[in-house]
Amino acid sequence: MVKLNVNGASHDIDIDPATPLLYVLRNELKLNGAKFGCGLGQCGACTVMVDGKAVFSCLTPAMLVEGREIKTVEGLGTIDDPGPMQKAFIEQQAAQCGYCIAGMMMRAQALLEAKPDAADADIRQALEPNLCRCGTHMRILRAVARARDLMQGKSADTMAPIAATGRG
Amino acid sequence: MKRFWIGVLVLVIVCLAGFAAYAWKPAIDPIEPPQRSSFDQALIEKGAVLASVGNCTACHTKPGGKSFAGGLAVPTPFGTIYSTNITPDPKTGIGRWSEAAFSRAMREGVERNGDHLYPAFPFDHFTLVSDQDNKALYAYLMTRHAVESRPPANELPFPLNMRFVLAGWKLLFFDKGAYREDTAQSADWNRGAYLVEGLGHCGACHTPRNIMGAERKSAHLAGGEAEGWDAFPLDRSSSAPVPWTHDSLFAYLRQGWHADHGVANGPMAEVTGNLGRLPDSDISAIATYLISRMGAPSPERAAAAEDIRKKLSVDQGGTPIPASATTGSPISRGGAIYQAACATCHDGSRPQPFGGIDFHLSSIIAARDPQNAINVVLFGLPAASGRESPIMPGFAATLTDDQVADLLGYLREAYAQKPAWADAKAKLADTRSGKYRVSIRPSDGIERGPGNVGAKD
Repeated sequence: MVKLNVNGASHDIDIDPATPLLYVLRNELKLNGAKFGCGLGQCGACTVMVDGKAVFSCLTPAMLVEGREIKTVEGLGTIDDPGPMQKAFIEQQAAQCGYCIAGMMMRAQALLEAKPDAADADIRQALEPNLCRCGTHMRILRAVARARDLMQGKSADTMAPIAATGRG
Repeated sequence: MKRFWIGVLVLVIVCLAGFAAYAWKPAIDPIEPPQRSSFDQALIEKGAVLASVGNCTACHTKPGGKSFAGGLAVPTPFGTIYSTNITPDPKTGIGRWSEAAFSRAMREGVERNGDHLYPAFPFDHFTLVSDQDNKALYAYLMTRHAVESRPPANELPFPLNMRFVLAGWKLLFFDKGAYREDTAQSADWNRGAYLVEGLGHCGACHTPRNIMGAERKSAHLAGGEAEGWDAFPLDRSSSAPVPWTHDSLFAYLRQGWHADHGVANGPMAEVTGNLGRLPDSDISAIATYLISRMGAPSPERAAAAEDIRKKLSVDQGGTPIPASATTGSPISRGGAIYQAACATCHDGSRPQPFGGIDFHLSSIIAARDPQNAINVVLFGLPAASGRESPIMPGFAATLTDDQVADLLGYLREAYAQKPAWADAKAKLADTRSGKYRVSIRPSDGIERGPGNVGAKD
């Protein structure tokens, strides 16, 4: 039995404590936002937040995160009321196939919670561990920069154009 | 009595005058920056290889900055020293240095204007470099892009910020003079010694330093510290579970990893990356010399290595469980963490360097100091830019200090058959908080190399 706190709700789950968090989220809790990509911590599709920091859930046994605050993309907002990160990704149409996007959003969320005024270069650097096979990086970078501005309460027309990330 | 005190006074004055004469170095006149065409192309190319041996770029280039423009903060126990601009810029670099001034800096650690240089610049090794090699290095550096950039002022407390004090340091610790062949040894050995002890300055990291920051001559290559990493011993006290051989060391230095030892990490990654420019004969010479310093392994060590080989040939995929791993013990918790978080790569089917090393072979787990194990667990091994490279995710956000400590204890006991490191927890806390600074580099070591993808030029 493992006790996990996910998106603010507490769950007692009857699993082998060594089960990767990713499997627990997807198979037991039916939170299918985080994806299985490589299983080796090399692609970032499984990224979730633990105590505010981005971690690879595929390499994180559930027993290590008992009693800690786990947040998945489902915790950022709902379809009817998307959070600023989700809103920005929708606005920028940053997904192509979408497989990497939940991981991208969670790593970006962790960055912006730690550094609300992250520069475009910080965003680029922070997202380095997350891969996108479709090549929508430019839109992803733009979306994260937009999310930063939304979180800081800037409206669309006062936002500076994002030059560094170019066209996408 | 009065005569006695006058005598003492005279003696003091004579001593001070003697020290002043020793400490005072004349300026060497500035020159008009030489034209590129005044240097022979072959000499420039030779200098490029030598600059790689010297790993000049590691300190003299700021990551992401212009090559050789300096400004990198080098933390020392005494304060922060900023590396200098060694591009041929006439105002902020060495553009107005004559070859004589350059050679003197290498030989004696003295700036063109006569100031003493801090031993963060390893002139105690570079003094061994031959005139011909200095000539080539000069040709190479003087034909780089000139970059106008002045490094920040050093942050050193009084009196260390007074450069004449360094003359005293030199008096105590510095042996000036070119490399002298050991005629009892082979030409190959001598070439290796020349490269290792001179331009390669291996001892700058791999030899422990005394309280004054000088290498301890009695503990030459016995293991030191570099940018927050434990620089392993290169002498008889090497912690490698399978002892180094000429061939394995050659391959490791040539390609940055070896199946018996793993992947170069930390500052060593950059070193092996730079050594890629050397001819095989030089790398082989380095290996010859270092293996002679390590000496033949003791029968016990050789037998232990043989045991490891046997184990690895038959026991593929098995996870060792030490006898002390009773339910709920730290060792058993650590074993569970290893099994769940590490074994996927470190006990998987993927061979090195892209798969993880089996910890029976790891010098890091067998080492006397836990620092490298802490660094790798927390920060992993970042991917190199733009080319395939080994990679390991860091576990700083996943594992709490207690969990890391349990894991390290398990790895020590299960794989090195040694007790857990007593100082692991304290070092872990200091490393995580940033009080103890660690530089993190990608594995291939090319990030700041002269032909690199990290510098913006």
